[in-house]
Amino acid sequence: MKAIIFNVFVLLTVVPCFWVALSSNIVHAAFSLLVTLFGVAGLYVLLGADFIAVVQVIVYIGGILILIIFGVMMTQRGKLLPLSIQLPGKFIGALLSGIILTALIMVATKSLWPVASFLEEPQPTSAAIGNLLLGKYLIAFEVASILLLVALVGAVLIVRRSVRGE
Amino acid sequence: MSYSLPSFLIVSSLLFCLGMYTVLIRRNAIGILMGIELVLNAAGLNFVAFSRFLEPSLTQNLLSGQVFTLFVIAIAAAEVAVALAIVLSLYSRMKTIDVEDFKELRG
Repeated sequence: MKAIIFNVFVLLTVVPCFWVALSSNIVHAAFSLLVTLFGVAGLYVLLGADFIAVVQVIVYIGGILILIIFGVMMTQRGKLLPLSIQLPGKFIGALLSGIILTALIMVATKSLWPVASFLEEPQPTSAAIGNLLLGKYLIAFEVASILLLVALVGAVLIVRRSVRGE
Repeated sequence: MSYSLPSFLIVSSLLFCLGMYTVLIRRNAIGILMGIELVLNAAGLNFVAFSRFLEPSLTQNLLSGQVFTLFVIAIAAAEVAVALAIVLSLYSRMKTIDVEDFKELRG
């Protein structure tokens, strides 16, 4: 049963991902990205990472994807520009990605990973993650919040300057 | 595929390589952003997969992998906000988001 659900989520992640890369319509690519992100959230649940799965749905699907779709909608006036580059460049890109993919899959399957011989039942993780964030990783946590603040102010500033035409 | 560490690693390598291919071949700046999101998701999936499957005695705390994924997600949010601001600002200045047209910075 678990294997079937796992395979369903793998397909849900990987198949739309091809569409993101190959589709010639930017809106189709954006909605395929939505399905891929849902699939990754499902894989997080199967890995016992309940908190990360919910954060993935809220931040990626509720935030980042909405921003991307807004960007698509606000930049599609006028003529539709070709979405991808022409053939020789495309072929080189596919070749490069294919070589790296083969290498990564070789590493993933041939290495002897120090995996646990016995998998424990997944426990709720929110409390432990909260303790880690405000304990061991406190400085990184604060730096991340400052980074978000700086990104927010910077984004507003960049767009405002271009609207005023300075 | 079976529920094991290598299967998750294969899935995340596929995500990574398709994301890289998207970044390489797209001319639309927002298409490139989507590729970057795929690459970041691959990294997050790897972190969580290792935090689930590694031998617990090897690390102090297995949940560290999940904390790193949280940071990856936070940085992805910051990145996409700034990148979209740049794209919109370029669009209002040059009326296109085709990256082949952004040649002003070429030396």
